[in-house]
Amino acid sequence: MTKEEIKNIVIQQILEIAPDIEEGDIEPVENLQSSLEIDSFDFLKILTGMNEQIGVEVPEVDYYKVDTLEHMVNYFFDRM
Amino acid sequence: MSKFLMPSLGADMESAILMEWLVKEGDEVKKGQVIAEVETSKGVIEIEVFEDGTIEKLLVAPETECDVGTPLALIHSVNEDETSQEEESTVLKSIVETSKPEEKTVKKERIKASPAARKKAQELGIDLATISSKVDGTIQLKDIEAMPAKDEKMEDKDGMRRAIAAAMSRSNAEIPHYYLSTSINMTPALNWLEQLNAQRSIKDRILPAALLIKATVNALKSVPELNGFYKDGSHIIKDEINPAIAIALRKGGLITPALMNTQVMSLEKIMQSLDDLITRTRKGKLRGSEMMEQTVTITNLGDLGVERVYGVIYPPQVAIIGLGRIVDAPWAEGDTLAVRKVLQATIAGDHRATDGRTGAFFLDKLNYFLQKPEELL
Repeated sequence: MTKEEIKNIVIQQILEIAPDIEEGDIEPVENLQSSLEIDSFDFLKILTGMNEQIGVEVPEVDYYKVDTLEHMVNYFFDRM
Repeated sequence: MSKFLMPSLGADMESAILMEWLVKEGDEVKKGQVIAEVETSKGVIEIEVFEDGTIEKLLVAPETECDVGTPLALIHSVNEDETSQEEESTVLKSIVETSKPEEKTVKKERIKASPAARKKAQELGIDLATISSKVDGTIQLKDIEAMPAKDEKMEDKDGMRRAIAAAMSRSNAEIPHYYLSTSINMTPALNWLEQLNAQRSIKDRILPAALLIKATVNALKSVPELNGFYKDGSHIIKDEINPAIAIALRKGGLITPALMNTQVMSLEKIMQSLDDLITRTRKGKLRGSEMMEQTVTITNLGDLGVERVYGVIYPPQVAIIGLGRIVDAPWAEGDTLAVRKVLQATIAGDHRATDGRTGAFFLDKLNYFLQKPEELL
């Protein structure tokens, strides 16, 4: 899977949780939770959705490595 | 014969649109059965009947906007067979009289629009009906943005905002609140939770929010005076603990559905129920009972970054518990100073029902349970 494909899956997960967000609102280097007002519940939903889509689990100790869109894409890409 | 009325789904609701009947005339219904779906400013809510019986007549057609208290259906109750004919006919007569004004109810056609478009239109105070004639199919965000901007004062027309304003003004005017706050060291509980989650798959992970709710429920069992109502001058303590969970809606506003019967739930079950409740809230699939049977409120503004939240009590409840953001803070232990994860827990209580001492006892119990998280399983 390419980084671009992973990115599309992440974005799709975010839009499912927060349908009011437009794809263009997601800045690759900004903190996802604070910039998009995603709470801890929704953040867990996104990670659960990613696990279902690509089979990679993010342990809690790694949460700081998936804080932005770019970091999240890299994290999954490295573990595929 | 009894009238099934449009319920008040929260102190801040004035009217709702009856979207769909899930039963037809002649159907037998059981207490608790969902019989209709109504759309409120907070989404679609499934409403239930409160007695066993037979649907005698549906009084309101789908897609009709009705004020709270409008009769929606006539239900022949199982227990009513003994009722004399005479009594029944007078009831019927009064129903016919009261249901007359309904004919005037405007039948609103639902306009198709994307959620983003709907939100924007509401922000700008634009009536979707004025756009629908100019747009083919579903109204999109760009269609709204193409509209000339209107006066900012239009925001006043937002029904949900106005309804919240009325409910909260009443609360602040009527209820003599007292406020208490305490600092809780969350490091032991969070460490314990982290270890628990490390052994679990991502689907079964438990969020700190669920742990905090469980600790709150346990503390309320020790201090039941805070779980209940103050109505007509008397304080009613409830056995079932149905905490309303304040959930911010992405399109704006706030909804406080209840997590029902938490007094019998394990931590795991609370997490599952919370997951289910938030998911249904976001999708707009709540049940009427969840909007009417709250016994206490928990507000957790922590995710927005505030450290301390003092709530306004939702009448007729007698307390609202506020949980702030967990922050790293200096913490004295013995004669050393350490950095710990610290939570500010607050309670606003109705002074007519309880005294500060009761609230203080509650916060003390909350702290107690959070220092012994293994007892919360």
